[in-house]
Amino acid sequence: MSDVTLHHGAEHAAEPHGHEHHHPFLQHHFEDMGQQHEASTLGMWFFVAQEILFFGGIFAAYFVYREMYPDAWKAGSHHQNWQIGAANTVVLIGSSLTMALAVWGAQGARRKFTTLMLVLTLILGAVFVGVKGYEYAEHIHEGLFPGASFTYTEATPALTRGVELFMTFYFTMTGLHALHMVIGAGLLLYFIRRAWRGDFGPEYYGPIEIMGLYWHFVDIVWIFLFPLLYLV
Amino acid sequence: MTTTTIDDAPFIEPSTKARRNYLNDEYGVLSWLLTKDHKRIAIMYLFSVTLFFVVGGVLAFLMRLELLTPEGDMFTSDTYNKLFTLHGIVMIFFFLIPAIPAVLGNFLLPIMLGAKDLAFPKLNLLSWYIYMIGGTFGVIVIITGGVDTGWTFYTPFSTQYSNTKVFLTTMGAFITGFSSILTGLNFLVTTHRMRAPGLTWFRLPLFVWSMYATSIVIMLATPVLAITLVLLMVERVLQVGIFDPALGGDPVLYQHMFWFYSHPAVYIMILPGMAVISECVAAFTRKKIFGYKFVAFSSLAIAFLGFLVWAHHMFVAGISVYSAMIFSFLSMLVAVPSAIKVFNWTATMYKASVSWQTPMLYVLGFIGLFTIGGVTGLFLGALGIDVHVHDSYFVVAHFHYIMVGGTIMAYMAGIHYWWPKITGRMYPEWWGRLSALLVFVGFNLTFFPQFLVGYVGMPRRYHAYAPEFQVLNVLSTAGATILAVGYLLPMLYLGWSLKFGRKAGTNPWGAVGLEWATTSPPPKENFHETPVVTWEAYDYPAFLKAMRETQHV
Amino acid sequence: MNDFPLFPEQASSVSPLVDGLYLGLVALTGAVSLLIWIVIFYFAIKYRRRPDNELAQEQEPPAALEVTWIVIPTIIFIAIFVAGAWVFFRINRVPSNALEVYATGRQWMWKFQHPSGQREINTLHVPVGRPVKITLASEDVIHSLWFPSFRVKTDVLPNRFRTMWFEATKTGTFHIFCAEYCGTKHSAMIGSVIVMEPTEYQRWLAGGSEGSLASQGEQLFAKYACNTCHMDTATGRGPVLAGLYGQSRPLTNGQVVLADDNYIRESILNPQAKVAAGFQPIMPTFQGQVTEDDLIRLLSYVKSIPAAGTQTQQVESPQSQLQSSGAPTATTTAAPTTAAPTTTAAPTAATTTTNQGTER
Repeated sequence: MSDVTLHHGAEHAAEPHGHEHHHPFLQHHFEDMGQQHEASTLGMWFFVAQEILFFGGIFAAYFVYREMYPDAWKAGSHHQNWQIGAANTVVLIGSSLTMALAVWGAQGARRKFTTLMLVLTLILGAVFVGVKGYEYAEHIHEGLFPGASFTYTEATPALTRGVELFMTFYFTMTGLHALHMVIGAGLLLYFIRRAWRGDFGPEYYGPIEIMGLYWHFVDIVWIFLFPLLYLV
Repeated sequence: MTTTTIDDAPFIEPSTKARRNYLNDEYGVLSWLLTKDHKRIAIMYLFSVTLFFVVGGVLAFLMRLELLTPEGDMFTSDTYNKLFTLHGIVMIFFFLIPAIPAVLGNFLLPIMLGAKDLAFPKLNLLSWYIYMIGGTFGVIVIITGGVDTGWTFYTPFSTQYSNTKVFLTTMGAFITGFSSILTGLNFLVTTHRMRAPGLTWFRLPLFVWSMYATSIVIMLATPVLAITLVLLMVERVLQVGIFDPALGGDPVLYQHMFWFYSHPAVYIMILPGMAVISECVAAFTRKKIFGYKFVAFSSLAIAFLGFLVWAHHMFVAGISVYSAMIFSFLSMLVAVPSAIKVFNWTATMYKASVSWQTPMLYVLGFIGLFTIGGVTGLFLGALGIDVHVHDSYFVVAHFHYIMVGGTIMAYMAGIHYWWPKITGRMYPEWWGRLSALLVFVGFNLTFFPQFLVGYVGMPRRYHAYAPEFQVLNVLSTAGATILAVGYLLPMLYLGWSLKFGRKAGTNPWGAVGLEWATTSPPPKENFHETPVVTWEAYDYPAFLKAMRETQHV
Repeated sequence: MNDFPLFPEQASSVSPLVDGLYLGLVALTGAVSLLIWIVIFYFAIKYRRRPDNELAQEQEPPAALEVTWIVIPTIIFIAIFVAGAWVFFRINRVPSNALEVYATGRQWMWKFQHPSGQREINTLHVPVGRPVKITLASEDVIHSLWFPSFRVKTDVLPNRFRTMWFEATKTGTFHIFCAEYCGTKHSAMIGSVIVMEPTEYQRWLAGGSEGSLASQGEQLFAKYACNTCHMDTATGRGPVLAGLYGQSRPLTNGQVVLADDNYIRESILNPQAKVAAGFQPIMPTFQGQVTEDDLIRLLSYVKSIPAAGTQTQQVESPQSQLQSSGAPTATTTAAPTTAAPTTTAAPTAATTTTNQGTER
């Protein structure tokens, strides 16, 4: 792997360019690395804006029903284990920290440090998703998964229905969040490979920076989800 | 004032030198399927949206045949319900929304900006694949039995009562949404970061301004549809009551969430049409667009106000009288920027050099039909009238005047206008004019009677109807036949022109804009040298002078 | 109705208002559109391109135009808004002397119930010259009740009562359409409204009936054992309902609500949502047990209990069937002979055993 990397770098260095020196990762349609970096960062911000609207929609629906069924929302959140949720929040914040450190490492071309931090981020992310999976298993075991398998009963039928609705939101919201985590983990694998190969340096760290933006965004979504679903 | 002329015959005539261009740069199926060239992706979109247009058109035509007689004797009710549902879904999600942005926008935006490509070519290709995957879902739905909810998927019918392919359809729409999002994101970043030297914001063609506004709407509205459809799918699969009142949900909330996307989606469809019209008006009057900044900012105003009027689809749906008032008022305001555009286009023609070539005929048609579509929007925005005409054929006529009379007219204008640039060949002018005329006549004959029949009282989505509505429906079907011919003709003669059309020069129209500064068809990198923009938007003398000074002449 | 109408019949008090606004807008927008087209074609012909290489004269119309065509249309649009809203208020404000009718939409028929007990399917008899208020509910999906000749329409929702009204000004038979797409036979969810002279209407009302809606509601009130808690005197576990309708009610959470149709509906289906001040939240829900038709009867009963006295009209004939589900094409009044026995029997047993009674 590392052999290939060396060749890869050497090839580009030796390549005789027509005009001024081109960075190996400069795509043909950009003028220079600055433009490329700005474009990709801006693109990510637009993407995040789009994600905010995506989650915003379900948050809006969540609040409408919370207004309609305050008791059910209270009862539903009691089914959540807030200690586990809080611990998971800490794990996720930790992963944000390691992600930020990875970006810092990439900017300074600290190859091993960057890779390590990315691996740590991946591990913490995996822990989070794993814990989430455990919570899901518990809920399903208790018959709290909405739909046909919802067997839980509350004091009144109305409350039961409200709690089922709450759990629907719980599973949809955390499920979408977990999906984002899994996609993020896939991206991390890709970046771990590239970081180890030594692709990143002071001139070229845009991709890992936007990876960081994505990861932080997903964390922030959880920062909102946690109190809304566990603490109400 | 003396008449000034373009004195650059070689500039308009085709170059005799064979050039490498994006079409002959590479060959083979894979060179298309794996291309990252925005121009080739645009061509792939052109074929795919045309395919869906034909599918949607056939569905529409079958509906019109059924409506020839009041009895509903050609299809069963279920079949008819599926026809109008699929017609709406195919036309909106798979044709109207991608048509102008993904075909003309993809092809032209980077060229108009003097860029080599969009900012994210891989995402651009990905967006086409996502579109095709979504489209495949649509095709599977059609083949495996269809869907009968109406394109609006109103709950609780769609989640609890319909036993058709609701899940697959919403999945298709959901997936296709991401294709629009990627296109919008690409356009926004490209416009911000990839403009050629000298190309300041107020030198941008109005096409770019309008596409920019469209992209903002796409980016902010489509994700809300996505999450709404997710909730719909969750409800349908798990049978829980997010929107079903029998299980504690609220069906009106669904309508709010749906229209929060789908009203802005109207602007996703019409703003690109306005983009094309602005370019064509400038080109076929050889004149600066009057009130450039007003036209530019009116696009942004439409994009902004478009987000504040969604509940005007719900005046009788169960919102309070006071929210109805607010949304009615805001709906009136959103009409202002559209009116500004129409007036400015009209004023541009004052003392202009007006050509009567095909694209301009479509432009004249657009302005006429869009005006009718716009003013009937005022009828619907006026609360007292909306109570009566809501969900009637009046509404059907209104949005077809906007979507077909507006967007598709503009799309046809744009396809003809940029055809020489895209293919390097001229289309046959007389055939073009004939089809423009057929489309205009056929369109009006199809949809104008629907205003009347709607006000008289024919509800939309009716398989069988009261006998007194028949005469107007027969007229409508007759018009649809003419319209179909008008749409089929261009497919034939444009195809013909690929091989037999006259070769086009760099600037066959004598128009202004960066796309007319590069060869037809453009080289793979769009320009042989990075262009430097020294002229204001649509400044003919300055543009022609700049062209004379470069090697293009 | 002639064979080829281009304009709907004006048969209600609001029709002239709506049509006036409509025709006014047609004239106004038609004139403006025509002007735009004339100007465009005038320019397109007068300034047509000749020769081929001609450039436009760079001569602009005055820039003040820009302001003109922003300000004037804005004023016109706001005027249209005001006019539209003015008509809308008239369409929405229900006159106090309105005759009450109840309508239920279901796939794919309209059921109408008169306070005197008549029931009809896909046909509605109303007197001319008297406001008629319709309280609507849906049993399944969203429908929309449209009387084109009266220019009124309201979506019918499955989770709450909605109201609409009209005052017919012409006798005759007019269309009823469902305007909100509701499934397979949406286009068959149609009917007729028959507007009659008041005397004729009275004669029609006198036809067969099974007792007034309120009296049917009173039976249900007993059947569901509501009266064990909602007693006539303030000693029950639930509030006294006499004179409740239309009053402001303080709730346990400190809010005050108006006891209208939807409040009563919610209190039956979701009693915990708004508990009357001074009572315990002990009432069980009747969601899924009470049909839309029964809800209408109960509502009608609650509305009918006078404030002071306690005596309401007695029911003359006990009935076993509470719901009519006749064929969709049946057009006559009160045809309760077809039984729909399954809906009501089971819940009765369930609720009588758990009748804690409750608020209000």
